[in-house]
Amino acid sequence: MTTATDSPVRTDNPFALSHLDALEAESVHIFREVAGEFERPVILFSGGKDSILMLHLALKAFAPAAIPFSLLHVDTGHNFPEVLAYRDRVVAEHNLRLHVAHVQDFIDDGRLRERPDGTRNPLQTVPLLDAIEKGRFDAVFGGGRRDEEKARAKERVFSLRDEFGAWDPRRQRPELWSLYNGRHAVGEHVRVFPLSNWTELDVWQYIEREGIELPEIYYAHERDVFSRGGMWLTAGEWGGPKDSEPVERRLVRYRTVGDMSCTGAVDSDATTIEAVIAEIAASRLTERGATRADDKLSEAAMEDRKREGYF
Amino acid sequence: MSTTIETNATSLLRFATAGSVDDGKSTLVGRLLHDSKSVLADQLEAVERVSLGRGQEAPDLALLTDGLRAEREQGITIDVAYRYFATPRRRFILADTPGHVQYTRNMVTGASTAELAVVLVDARNGVVEQTRRHAAVAALLRVPHVVLAVNKMDLVDYAEPVFAAIAAEFTAYAASLGVKDVLAVPISALAGDNVVEPSAHMDWYGGPTLLEHLETVPVGSDPSAEPARFPVQYVIRPQTEEHPDYRGYAGQLASGVLRVGDAVTVLPSGLTTTVAGIDAFGRGTDIAWAPQSVTVRLADDLDISRGDLIAAGATPAPTKDIEATVSHLNERPLRAGDKVLLKHTTRTVRALVKEISYRIDIDTLEQRSGAEGLNVNDIGHVKLRTAEPLALDDYTDNRRTGSFLLIDPADGTTLTAGMAGEAFETVRATEPAEEDWV
Repeated sequence: MTTATDSPVRTDNPFALSHLDALEAESVHIFREVAGEFERPVILFSGGKDSILMLHLALKAFAPAAIPFSLLHVDTGHNFPEVLAYRDRVVAEHNLRLHVAHVQDFIDDGRLRERPDGTRNPLQTVPLLDAIEKGRFDAVFGGGRRDEEKARAKERVFSLRDEFGAWDPRRQRPELWSLYNGRHAVGEHVRVFPLSNWTELDVWQYIEREGIELPEIYYAHERDVFSRGGMWLTAGEWGGPKDSEPVERRLVRYRTVGDMSCTGAVDSDATTIEAVIAEIAASRLTERGATRADDKLSEAAMEDRKREGYF
Repeated sequence: MSTTIETNATSLLRFATAGSVDDGKSTLVGRLLHDSKSVLADQLEAVERVSLGRGQEAPDLALLTDGLRAEREQGITIDVAYRYFATPRRRFILADTPGHVQYTRNMVTGASTAELAVVLVDARNGVVEQTRRHAAVAALLRVPHVVLAVNKMDLVDYAEPVFAAIAAEFTAYAASLGVKDVLAVPISALAGDNVVEPSAHMDWYGGPTLLEHLETVPVGSDPSAEPARFPVQYVIRPQTEEHPDYRGYAGQLASGVLRVGDAVTVLPSGLTTTVAGIDAFGRGTDIAWAPQSVTVRLADDLDISRGDLIAAGATPAPTKDIEATVSHLNERPLRAGDKVLLKHTTRTVRALVKEISYRIDIDTLEQRSGAEGLNVNDIGHVKLRTAEPLALDDYTDNRRTGSFLLIDPADGTTLTAGMAGEAFETVRATEPAEEDWV
């Protein structure tokens, strides 16, 4: 992965598809399968690049008609303001219906308790499952990719969840060809991952190709940050920085966007998408390894959270 | 300083690996990922940390692919995992399938979408039962390209005769199964010979390294040589002021090419019409081909819905009686008399298992008739009767329109993977040949 050569698609076959076209065709097929087989699908939308890509693909899949799904945002209360503004702009632009589940509501009425470390990412599961139940959603699109994490590498495109929202990796349905099985009992639902086969680099290359706008925090900007657990975090009401954590002004950008308390920024001077792609291609760290504190909690942190109903 | 990577569009190869437990498959996969620089520092660091914690001296590359708690605890792979890596020439999706005998269904799963299968053997043991089983599954699933990776060449002194004998035996066996493209590569996954870098120990080998072959093997088939098959997924009707009368059929071309003006037949009804327009995500186009996802508009206002097939060229005759080779995936056996659901392309219908014709002994390829039922991991031949007619192609001709699933109507469990027609090409090939003699 280190040499630079221009090697476009073989030109001797006029029907060759580029890898981005092949991935796009597959994802669109998945969106349409869900539209054809389920009653009440919903797209999980956080304002991060993967959910933005999902929305873009869904818009393409049903053009010139509207997307036959609504959006669901699980709001941890620790948001980047740029991301919320982006979310609301997109919802208005495409005339979408947005459901918001607030982690704060669950803390206020005692159904959830704030963690000592202030991290709310793991707290999303309960409001998510509650929103799925209340909305009677039977298919829930998530932007998870199998390249993100090794437990996710085992995830199906259509992933059945029981009435507790739980994932049991040992009882997954085999998934063959492009024949997705969405059968489920009342109370169960299916998580659907249309970006399963995309990598971080594919996502960025496609965003570049399609000219998709992202929240500006994905590009390099100056920000007041402090160091915790080897990552640059932004100060916020969630409990950082402590007295021992001096604040510095640095040129940074975000590779992922999630809860502010556990999403780290990386040092970067990449202000354009070309620069971002070059930076990712050269990076020796995975996206989650570089910027997610919650995955470092234990060897099987992601698997354990997914078993409980997390994405 | 940044090392650059090409960011242009490249092609995509989906491939699967298969090997017995101790053939070194995990090491090979780890080596491919590691030597193509697809393992990033934090992943490698995690592997090193866990390996050291277990008292191992060197990082166990198998840990890169064993993601689940139970897998790490038992040191085995229990499920298909998908890996992603890229070189400047190509993007790869690797279905990493476990090699245990009891996980035949996992290799079937991985092979269903693969265009190439890597079958691994231990140079010291040569072609064993398990090797024949993997070759048979690759042939059964119509994987177009097969690579025999003769591993552990370092343990047989990199001796050419050892490799040549194994390669000859395997190639002959694969050819008898109808596999058209087989390449044998002598490798050492542990030492890195011929995986990514050419080996300094095997001057006698003049072929490509495994990765070179993966990078250059032709991807996909020629859609212009196949009849068009377009399963209707969803009807798009905006009913807006801008598009008051728009009625488009959304789907992904399973095979072939569709052009505006083409005469098409809608199955199972058999009605005919022409293609009035093709929209690729809201933009008009004159032509679409497999596996593109598009929306097709037709000249006549026919009653068409999800589950119908828009076809051109030689069209399959819709039938309620299906004979198929199946791979049974579930612990619950499949028996004659079972009432199931059958999912074929975008259509799901009720079906009855009329007969379990025979079970195939995948090691000897013998048909064992009088089978009472099929157990998990069994491959056999069945006769089915469906409640509604289906337009199936033979799996030999079309992997997408020739494949189906059997589903338990009670709880939705995926029971069985089906492939319309006979199991192996050799069985089919004898029939026309005999006619030639008449």
